[in-house]
Amino acid sequence: MSLTTESSTNFWLTRPFSERSTQIFLGVLLAALALVTLLHVAVPPDNPLHVGAYTVNLFGKYLSYALLAVAVDLVWGYLGILSLGHGAFFAIGGYAMGMYLMRQIGDRGTYGHPVLPDFMVFLNWDSLPWFWHGFDMAWLAFAMVLLAPGLLALVFGFLAFRSRVTGVYLSIITQALTFALMLAFFRNEMGFGGNNGLTDFREIVGFDLRSDATRLGLFLATGVALALGYILCRAIVTSKLGRVSVATRDAEARTRFLGYRVERFQLFVFVVSAMLAGLAGALYVPQVGIINPSEFSPIFSIEIVLWVALGGRATLYGAVIGAILVNYAKTIFTGVMPDAWLFALGAMFVLVTVFLPKGVAGLFGYLKRRKREEQTTDPDHQHTSKEASA
Amino acid sequence: MRRFLSFALLCFLLLGTTFTAQAQSTDAASSSTNDATALELLEALDVESYADKGDAITAILQSDDERARDWLQALLDGRLQRTEDGRFVLVLENRGRDWPVADVLTGEALGEMSRRDLERIGINNNLRNQLRSAIAVVDLYSPNVERRRTSAERLLGEVDGDLVPTLDDLIEQEEDEQVRYRLTQAVAIYRAEVGEMAGVEALDGSLHPRSRVALSRAANSDDPVVANAAAASLAGIEQQLKINRGLETLYFGLSLGSVLVLAAIGLAITFGVMGVINMAHGELMMLGAYTTWAMQQLLPGQPGLALILSIPAGFMVAALAGVAIERGVIQFLKGRPLETLLATFGISLILQQLVRTVISPLNRTVITPEWMSGSLVVNDALSLTLNRMYVLGFALVVFAGLMLIMRRTRLGLEVRAVTQNRAMARSMGIRATRVDIMTFALGSGVAGLAGVALSQLTNVGPNLGQNYIIDSFMVVVFGGVGNLWGTLVAGLSLGVINQVLEPWAGAVLAKIIVLVFIILFIQKRPRGLFPQKGRAAEG
Repeated sequence: MSLTTESSTNFWLTRPFSERSTQIFLGVLLAALALVTLLHVAVPPDNPLHVGAYTVNLFGKYLSYALLAVAVDLVWGYLGILSLGHGAFFAIGGYAMGMYLMRQIGDRGTYGHPVLPDFMVFLNWDSLPWFWHGFDMAWLAFAMVLLAPGLLALVFGFLAFRSRVTGVYLSIITQALTFALMLAFFRNEMGFGGNNGLTDFREIVGFDLRSDATRLGLFLATGVALALGYILCRAIVTSKLGRVSVATRDAEARTRFLGYRVERFQLFVFVVSAMLAGLAGALYVPQVGIINPSEFSPIFSIEIVLWVALGGRATLYGAVIGAILVNYAKTIFTGVMPDAWLFALGAMFVLVTVFLPKGVAGLFGYLKRRKREEQTTDPDHQHTSKEASA
Repeated sequence: MRRFLSFALLCFLLLGTTFTAQAQSTDAASSSTNDATALELLEALDVESYADKGDAITAILQSDDERARDWLQALLDGRLQRTEDGRFVLVLENRGRDWPVADVLTGEALGEMSRRDLERIGINNNLRNQLRSAIAVVDLYSPNVERRRTSAERLLGEVDGDLVPTLDDLIEQEEDEQVRYRLTQAVAIYRAEVGEMAGVEALDGSLHPRSRVALSRAANSDDPVVANAAAASLAGIEQQLKINRGLETLYFGLSLGSVLVLAAIGLAITFGVMGVINMAHGELMMLGAYTTWAMQQLLPGQPGLALILSIPAGFMVAALAGVAIERGVIQFLKGRPLETLLATFGISLILQQLVRTVISPLNRTVITPEWMSGSLVVNDALSLTLNRMYVLGFALVVFAGLMLIMRRTRLGLEVRAVTQNRAMARSMGIRATRVDIMTFALGSGVAGLAGVALSQLTNVGPNLGQNYIIDSFMVVVFGGVGNLWGTLVAGLSLGVINQVLEPWAGAVLAKIIVLVFIILFIQKRPRGLFPQKGRAAEG
């Protein structure tokens, strides 16, 4: 969040703007945001082109998933760490936001208690647990959205990278991490609403969550967060630090022998990624109106990886495409024929990994190359065209 | 492997037959009186003199007729009546004008009869008392040991002063050790409860809950000697109970551990030996469990036979599915373990949904055969459920079988060679592709076996596999990849740790603690409990 203040002065942060792919991505994203806003606000509701509040909300949800996918692509695509636990960071960010929204309900809950959220009154608790204090203040809650997942990633990553746990082992213990957290958050004693999670939110920094204007505002905020997150990730991967990360991904031992403290690079990128995932979770919760332990489920975390794989690993914009495509397909399928969704999802996993290892983004690259080759169909020029593409 | 399986099969069969044989002999002993003698016994009741009636009751008691208890109860309740034509009937409900009756001898319902046509066999207070104590002990006169045992068991804590002389007589006559022990205990409980020293002494070391109740009552006795002795006994018993609880926890831990080992050992082969991460492993277990269900549907009324047949069938079904997965997907993803993970996860989703669509989203019932249900009673505080014991044994047999395959067969040798150096193994003439298929089939087949075993312990439903997949990965990683012994030790110890933590932390928290423990353990020893050494470790 703080990167806006220093963006124009720092060289490495502005570098992404000179890239073609970033320009296109940001252009498309901003155009989409403007178009949806325009169709929602300016077009009358009876016009077929009108975008309803429900759809705006849905798009907002997709955008928060897209930000989450970008975070996963940062560690998987550029650091070679297949995290099967990024759902945990997403959910923790979501819970931090959920706690703030719970405190905003105040005495308007079902039980009308001035301080305690409904579920605590229901459980006969007489005071707030210590970690709930301060979440009525927006600044602290929003800071925790980044700090809580960041801290967890810092501790977890510090331990894991220091002892050089990599590859499959790391994937499995990240999965264990999110699984353990899911079990923990299911317990009422944890103080996060147990099975039901946190819900019945009313307002966010004074705006009514049920009003269309707030929904549009959240959608736009998510879009902006996605753009900023994308720029940040792009800046990281194009910097020297990013090059070391890629080197780590491709040959960890060699990078270490060259004198780089590999674990520090890994830890930094991992923590940044976790914070972005937390931010995505925090933007997701007010838009769907609930956060519960199912967001911690290992299956959700694996699904995120599928979005990235489908869109195209190590491209960042591929992650965004994948997240939106898969979730759009999910919305369609679960509405039309819910039984078929798991078949479709399963088939996507298999087909993408076997036939489309570079994802949709790889397909773009392939088409681009084909086009270039077609332009020089003259056999005499084939030699030069090969050189050009190489 | 085959030989081991058939050996296991033989064991199961033998056990099965002994159990059924026993059941049959019990059946034969139980109906020893024919209806003619029974009628004679009942005729003797229909006399004027109460003294003669008393003798008749004793005769019925000693007759060991299965129905004696019901007759005496009916007599006590005034429901044993005689029709005008001399038949004995049991009044089922004596309300209104016409009573529904049943034949005493056959139990067959005779419709309704007018109350005027029935004559009650009367008793007096004296006989009533005699009947009450007689009914309590009626089965103790039976020549059938099983029935004497159950009856003696029922008497614990139910003895009153009137019964003591009868029981003392019975104890002297009793031949069966177990029945005598129970009767002595029952009398001792009564004595301890009324504060007699003899009772307290006799109950020393007894673990039955009723004995403890009796002793704690005796500990509040007015007599300080009795009270002290009872308190001392109680302390000793508590100690004993603690040990027994410990043993029980250990048993449950080993049982849970054996399930984990079964679930993880197939994974240890595919993951450890081939480096393939098979997220569909849990669904292969699910297939094994559903095979058991299907077998039982095919062979209705013979759950035991179906279960035994589903051991090879479950293996084959899962192994074939495994081959299909290997040929269809995994062979294209050589050397890309993380992609394999994603693809097999997709397969697991498809298999789950397939079961939901084709069979049912609801759980299916798999019957536990008779010889596997029930429990082995070690003492009053400790009884071990049989099905868990079979699964524990089965897990060990499967483990031993796999160990033999890996260490003693051609296939095992080739698998190990390919694992260590694929290129070199191929240049020595080993067909690596074939080895891949066989290994994957073996690992998947073992998952199927795990599913067959699990069908006896948990619900068989589409989510069966999902519940075990993370645990199985934990076991393999904790034990050390590529090491079957590691998997065995890790599985059993994680099971025991879980069960030890459960009483004071609760089931969920115990699981969380175990997960956190593994996460931290991996930091300390990234290659698990038993890391591979030498060249194999480099891959």
